Amino acid sequence: MANLKTTDKKSKSQSMGMHTEVLTGRTQQKFFNPSEAENFYYFGTYDVDFNKRTELDVKEMTAPEANKKIDNLMSQGYGTIVIKNPQGKHSLGVGILNKLNLIFEGSLGYFGMGSCDGPTVRINGRVGWSCAENLMAGKVVIEKNAGSCFGAAIRGGDLICKGSVGARTGIDMKGGTIIVGGDAGAFTGFMMQRGRIIILGDVGINLGDSMYDGTIFIGGKIGSFGSDAVPGDLTSNDQDWLKRKLKVAEIGEKFDVSKMTKIVSGKKLWNYDNLEPTEKKGAI
Amino acid sequence: MCGIAGLIHRGKSSNVGKELQGMLQALKHRGEDSTGYALYGDTDGKNFIMRFKVGENVGEGSSSVMEETSVYDERKKIVDQYLSELGARIVKEERILPYSLRYEIAYDTKDLLEFSQKIESIPGVEILSMGKSLEVIKDLGNAKMVCDRYNLDKVVGTHAIGHARMATESGVDIKSAHPFWGYPFSDVSVVHNGQLTNYWNNRRLLENKGMRFMSECDSELIAVYIAQKMREGASLEEGMRASLTGLDGVFTYFVATKDSLGMAKDTMAAKPLVLYESDDLVAMGSEEIAIRSILPQEIDTYDPFDGEVKVWQI
Repeated sequence: MANLKTTDKKSKSQSMGMHTEVLTGRTQQKFFNPSEAENFYYFGTYDVDFNKRTELDVKEMTAPEANKKIDNLMSQGYGTIVIKNPQGKHSLGVGILNKLNLIFEGSLGYFGMGSCDGPTVRINGRVGWSCAENLMAGKVVIEKNAGSCFGAAIRGGDLICKGSVGARTGIDMKGGTIIVGGDAGAFTGFMMQRGRIIILGDVGINLGDSMYDGTIFIGGKIGSFGSDAVPGDLTSNDQDWLKRKLKVAEIGEKFDVSKMTKIVSGKKLWNYDNLEPTEKKGAI
Repeated sequence: MCGIAGLIHRGKSSNVGKELQGMLQALKHRGEDSTGYALYGDTDGKNFIMRFKVGENVGEGSSSVMEETSVYDERKKIVDQYLSELGARIVKEERILPYSLRYEIAYDTKDLLEFSQKIESIPGVEILSMGKSLEVIKDLGNAKMVCDRYNLDKVVGTHAIGHARMATESGVDIKSAHPFWGYPFSDVSVVHNGQLTNYWNNRRLLENKGMRFMSECDSELIAVYIAQKMREGASLEEGMRASLTGLDGVFTYFVATKDSLGMAKDTMAAKPLVLYESDDLVAMGSEEIAIRSILPQEIDTYDPFDGEVKVWQI
């Protein structure tokens, strides 16, 4: 167990809205001991060579067959895999816990690239609902549009859509960055808990509804604010970060970030009061 | 969960029966309790086509009561008699299944309310559709089973909508299956994916205005709601826009008329829809794989936003 230091000084990450709480007390996290390295094994990972490239046509495969084949190719050391004919199939590319260059020549259906940790993915098409749900790390770039629940509950990594996305983008996200080149639907950032969302176009109604924390940046018009979502101050730190992020994302590099609207949590919802559950019960 | 699909060819006809079958079969994992087609075929437009049933399919999984075929025969006889009394002449008669019939009818009166009320006053008889282009075919089973049972794969027309149903709100039977005819309007049909939470309030209001409900399926409300709006003088699109606030719940639905196809999505955008739009074809479905069944090449598709209503003409 490790003790975390308590500090009153506001860090840069806090000022940018990446998180706002001050860490206190002890963490439950068990820290890694290098002397025990050989005892740790991350299931489903392989040593791959990015220069070792292959193509996989999944036209006649089911999603489990295609995913198993990708896993098999990684086990053979292939670090760059091009998927042909995905044809809107659901649940392709899920559960990849590896460094990997993965390229889809076409569109994915629902739950594409779900629960991944580490791969760099380019999808030369569209994605359906819940793309990259629970992404832990890595980068996923979608060249066209995306469906609803884009980046639901992601914890890390960069998720980039060059087109427009549906409703509830970044719902329940707990980290990472979502960048959208076009418009986004209703309830963007619904109940987000940490991380950042950048939408260069317009957004629908109830933006940032019930967000606990994190930051949303909007380039276009806002349909309406959701409960407890309030405008924040767009600082120079924010603008520097936005420029850098948009450049790395190969999207909106020349976008005038100084005119973006920043949205943060107003922290007025019930979960921010100091009542203990028993007290709350009494209050009700 | 349910799946819906629709397509409209602009400026030409195509084999819409086979195309819709492919789209709905791709969505069969969303429900295969029943499947329904609303096909807008190429006709000369002179006669009405009436699709009706005189009983239910009581196969495996059905929630209906078994009846003797003689009961169906008796109901059919009364239908024929009532048609004669209404001044409608049967031009062509097909009995596809013991309980399912298709009539071509020469009938001059435009108002179908009295006509429908009289025919449906026969217990066990329901008009599935009435129109000069529309034919609603629905039955238990997945898209391929229904298509094969009714020989739909050769139907040529301009547009079509369909539904693959997982029964949640009402029974597994034909009367609760989609599409629903926009009673009493000629050539209007509806399919829906979602749940409506103010069904009974709206139903009571509409019943007081003389509209009829044949099932307790909440989706039927949409067809009746739109039909009532049109009865009051609204256009299809106006009726659909009114539904965004008049109907409560989560929904994505399609409405088709003789020459148009529309979609509406609730303000929460809680139900899925993927849309492909080009100059000569619009195709849409609950999932992209439905569209891929007729357009396997790489295409640009998108999700309509919350509260969006769109209508296309043939």
